[in-house]
Amino acid sequence: MDKDTASDPAIQTQALTRRFGTLTAVDGLTLQVPAGSIYGFLGPNGSGKSTTIRMLCGLLTPSGGDATVLGIDVRRDPEAVKRNIGYMTQKFSLYTDLTVLENLKFMAEIYGMEKSAAQERIAVLLQRFALESMTAQLAGTLSGGQRQRLALASATLHKPALLFLDEPTSAVDPESRREFWEFLFEMVDDGTTMLVSTHFMDEAERCHALAILDEGRLVADGTPEQLMSELPAAVVEIQSAAAGTRAVREALLAAADIFDVAQLGSRLHALVDPARSQPIAYVESLLQPTGIEAELSVVAPNLEDVFVMATLHKKTEQAA
Amino acid sequence: MNGFSLRRTAAIARKEFRHLRRDRLTAGMIAGIPIVLTVLFGFAINTDVRGLKAAVVDQANTSASRALVSDARASQVIGSLVSANSPWEIERLIRRGEVSLGIYIPADFDARVAQNRRPFAQLLIDDSDPQILRTARGLENLPLQPFDQMRDGGTFAIRALFNPERRSAVFIVPGLTGVILSLTMVLFTATAIVRERERGNLELLITTPVSPLELMVGKIVPYVLIGYVQISLILLLGAWLFDLPVRGSLVDFYIASGFYIVSVLTMGLWISTAATNQFQAMQMTFVFFLPQLLLSGFMFPFDGMPRAAQWLAEVFPLTHFLRIVRGIVLKQAELTMLMADIWPLALFFAVMMTLATRRFRKSLD
Ligand SMILES: Nc1ncnc2c1ncn2[C@@H]1O[C@H](COP(=O)(O)OP(=O)(O)O)[C@@H](O)[C@H]1O
Ligand SMILES: [Mg+2]
Repeated sequence: MDKDTASDPAIQTQALTRRFGTLTAVDGLTLQVPAGSIYGFLGPNGSGKSTTIRMLCGLLTPSGGDATVLGIDVRRDPEAVKRNIGYMTQKFSLYTDLTVLENLKFMAEIYGMEKSAAQERIAVLLQRFALESMTAQLAGTLSGGQRQRLALASATLHKPALLFLDEPTSAVDPESRREFWEFLFEMVDDGTTMLVSTHFMDEAERCHALAILDEGRLVADGTPEQLMSELPAAVVEIQSAAAGTRAVREALLAAADIFDVAQLGSRLHALVDPARSQPIAYVESLLQPTGIEAELSVVAPNLEDVFVMATLHKKTEQAA
Repeated sequence: MNGFSLRRTAAIARKEFRHLRRDRLTAGMIAGIPIVLTVLFGFAINTDVRGLKAAVVDQANTSASRALVSDARASQVIGSLVSANSPWEIERLIRRGEVSLGIYIPADFDARVAQNRRPFAQLLIDDSDPQILRTARGLENLPLQPFDQMRDGGTFAIRALFNPERRSAVFIVPGLTGVILSLTMVLFTATAIVRERERGNLELLITTPVSPLELMVGKIVPYVLIGYVQISLILLLGAWLFDLPVRGSLVDFYIASGFYIVSVLTMGLWISTAATNQFQAMQMTFVFFLPQLLLSGFMFPFDGMPRAAQWLAEVFPLTHFLRIVRGIVLKQAELTMLMADIWPLALFFAVMMTLATRRFRKSLD
């Protein structure tokens, strides 16, 4: 999809910062989310994804910096932001002791929707999210996937132009995850902008653009293709029965020109300093002392490699 | 801003009703607490002191002294008599708890009466129990007054105006409506917002356009109705079990109760905005409840308390409501006569509602 550079970005932040006491949960975040796209926040637990989303929703006051959401300054008018966005919290936050229909009706009333308009909209959403057969079921008795569809239906009731989804798929099975992303793509086709946080690489790869967060800092951003093609490292894939062993990892990590090592099932990706003109030969020389038989090849970087590279400080921590 | 929306307020109220309907424990408490407390207080707490055991030492043993003993007995305060030989024996019996009272009639009793030399006789009282002390004090003058003075009412005779049988249930049950509500109402709303916070619903709720005032009003509406249900239940139980009369106008009573109900509900709301979890909210509820129970005039007579305690008690809704409820139910007072106790309730409500609404932030800061 071509990005519409003519329209204003849906979200714009400038050195956005949030501190909790001495902890800086979000540290000088500057980014732009183009309208009409799915933007991903990729980062490990505690990297500040939820805190950033909460600031952008007008729920947390920034300790420093600025953010504009749909053209509204979140510091100056958080209530105006709230009226114009939809927010799907990380933890299920609808009422477990109300039924599916009661929850949706309640939210429609809270958003001040007309009764007939609300009924129509609810009927459409129930059908779209395959919840028609469980309208009278208590939300607390729904499965993970059903709950998540209900939460999404509720967040989109009032047709917000911008939707925040905080780790929407962390509690659902792979089948439901795929289905969920189909809903997101349908909505983006209708012109909705979405900011989705995740720690799944395959989900991050589906985003039009993404930001990688680590310890509150933006460590990389761009389209997934950009991030992968511009990775400042050569990726050597090591295929071996012994690839997962500690000895191999340690041998590689100890070397000066290996940035980090990423594990992908039975394979290992070694991120080699691009200054080495012969990365395969280099890795081979490192594996020699361990006596391990391995098949080596240079492969195109994937998002996991990008992520490992972006959160590089992990290597120094492990080595220390 | 987008003003105050009745629709949104109604949505919150409807939602609270649904929670209540599905929360068996709370629903059970609505009827359970009034029933249990009314029965307990009405039957078990008996401040009528009757049928005390007394010891008598009659050293005069004349017809006049025997008449005195039988008069004392006729008052029903004394249930059974044992005779003793000396005042010291009476003291011993009281100390051992075998009797609560002793009557000592000295040998020169007839002469004392003839010369009007008081006291004619001595009453020994187990005053380790204040209830016995108070009751026995009533005996002090009773049979010893010269009869002519009794008849023309020159000396004051006690006449009970509102509760001639002096049944404690009649005093206790109307006040109990206030005590029970100051516990249940506060408890219900004190946990109302904290619970949403604990269950994670609040993060979603404060991202919607709902305003703090809509939320607060919506949260108390269902409980106003529940407050009325509880009051009615207690009065019905009182009428059924203890023949409690309602002498004043029921309409007046329900109007005045409304002021009390909303004032204790908003107290709970304020707690709910201040507490960080449900346990803390419950602790705060009791911190608020106990001084009211002790100082409102429910447990001890208001006039007997020190000045400072009285001033403090004037802040409590229960103090005012007790005067209102006793006024209407027992003394047939009209609403207009009770304004002095209604406006403090209205003021308390307004102040608490303002504090709770301003304290509640639509933010996670
Ligand atoms: N309300 C809070 N008070 C104190 N620390 C917080 C609070 N919310 C988040 N944090 C801390 O801020 C950091 C970032 O948290 P969060 O934004 O939830 O990360 P993520 O959503 O990426 O897992 C964590 O270290 C977390 O413990
Ligand atoms: Mg999070």
